[in-house]
Amino acid sequence: MTVNGSGPADYTADEIMTVTAARSLRDKMTCFVGIGLPSEAANLARATHARNLVLIYESGTIGAKPPWLPLSIGDGILAETADSVVSVPEIFNYWIQPGRIDIGFLGAAQIDKFGNINTTVIGGDYAEPKVRLPGAGGAPEIAASCREVIVVVRQNRRAFVEHVDFITSVGFGDGPGSRRRLGLTGAGPQKIITDLGVLEPDPQTLQFVLTGVYPDVSVSQVRERTGWDLQVAANLGQIRPPVRSELAALRALTSAVAATEGAR
Amino acid sequence: MAEIVSLAEAVGRAIHDGDTVAMEGFTHLIPHAAGHEVIRQHLRDLTLVRMTPDVIYDQMIGAGCARKLVFSWGGNPGVGSLHRFRDAVEHSWPGPLELEEHSHAGMANRYVAGASGLPFAVLRGYSGTGLAAQTRNVTEIECPFTGEMLTAVAALTPDVTVIHAQRADAAGNVQFWGITGIQKEAVLAARQSVVTVEEIVPSLDSRPGAVVLPAWTVGYVALAPGGAHPSYALGYSARDNDFYVAWDAISRDREVFGDWLREHVYAAGGGAHGGRRASASDRGPGIGVRGGAGRQDQ
Repeated sequence: MTVNGSGPADYTADEIMTVTAARSLRDKMTCFVGIGLPSEAANLARATHARNLVLIYESGTIGAKPPWLPLSIGDGILAETADSVVSVPEIFNYWIQPGRIDIGFLGAAQIDKFGNINTTVIGGDYAEPKVRLPGAGGAPEIAASCREVIVVVRQNRRAFVEHVDFITSVGFGDGPGSRRRLGLTGAGPQKIITDLGVLEPDPQTLQFVLTGVYPDVSVSQVRERTGWDLQVAANLGQIRPPVRSELAALRALTSAVAATEGAR
Repeated sequence: MAEIVSLAEAVGRAIHDGDTVAMEGFTHLIPHAAGHEVIRQHLRDLTLVRMTPDVIYDQMIGAGCARKLVFSWGGNPGVGSLHRFRDAVEHSWPGPLELEEHSHAGMANRYVAGASGLPFAVLRGYSGTGLAAQTRNVTEIECPFTGEMLTAVAALTPDVTVIHAQRADAAGNVQFWGITGIQKEAVLAARQSVVTVEEIVPSLDSRPGAVVLPAWTVGYVALAPGGAHPSYALGYSARDNDFYVAWDAISRDREVFGDWLREHVYAAGGGAHGGRRASASDRGPGIGVRGGAGRQDQ
């Protein structure tokens, strides 16, 4: 996998997903970041085109500027580089709840066609699930109250389901009007960015439709890895592959984390 | 008024079988040494409360201390599942574990209500999620001023809250800084508290952003240097990220977990330094030598 050289840059599916997610963030936005893929993308944006992106982690670190990817939302480097460190009640009550934050960046174990997210249980019933997932964390209120939400998740039939087994965080509920009825103040999920392309809500139905694919990804491939009857936007776009500077910045971030974490 | 005692004495005097115990610390300042002391004292039937039951609660659940867990996110941060927690929920091993589950915002506000002496707190939350249907401690409430429908969450008032702090002074005043999480509210919401500290100094100097809990708000203070490990105490230690990664394999298997518990908790005896001995570097080849240790100095 070369970054220098004259040929087209080689990249993995995860890399183009992270680069695409990073590009969705604009400079000076305020962004509430979950750990994992969202944190990777937000830090890449800050390292490339959005140097004044404000990163907020639920540990209470506002304006964190980590020089490498933190393993957890509470790594010391986040507190040490933050503009302000506030308590946990404050981060939820004063910062998320009033809609002060532009983008909530979430992951998902399961997601449905209305962008509802499950991170609680899979299979069986709630009391006796087949798989017990970590649960809600900050996600329900991030999904409710951030001005917009972007979801980053690898696309497959286990994750992209017709109905989630449990609603942990609300997207568009059961369709148009749901968010208003539920009193959710933010606009809800505006993009699902995957390792195949990008899905966006249809303005009328609020169902997520395929609006962009990566080079060499076919529509039938995306449909195969989606558990609902995925519709395709009339003006389906092809997403630009990562440029060398983006890949170099991403790899610098991930190798910095490797260097600081030894065994990882 | 805070009494300064050994960790074993603090846990022995403050916590009893069947108690509701909150051991808080949001990634930073997690009271691991105190958790190990709870395991060593064979406390049983505890209702464990914690926003982020991570590795320390995985250990206590696997060791059979817990009857019920009240929480909002149960995972190994940045790594994945908590296997002892999952084994308890999915297979009732070593016994069944009752769950009461919330969102972070809900749990935080429940502690705020407890600390405020109020029966409940109000927030915009849970709406449209499946969470509210699973607990009686969340309900809708109409705003008496605007008529808007909001969410009420019941106060959390633990029998005992346990936290880890950087310092206390000789009088038992407690000071902590960095990511201060929910610890202040959790201590003030509880009837009794135990605070383990990195060091006891003659008197506290002022620090920007630090939380100070006056001695008269704290039950017991115990010296436990390194007592947050593998979590950390800003200014004293770095988060041992390698341990969190290593925990995945240790906790996956009941037998390997049992061996780990015998070697690193039961055999570690009481005393202030129990938390430190269970470091990832003891796990042998492939784990690395405390790779996280240099991070906060950079």
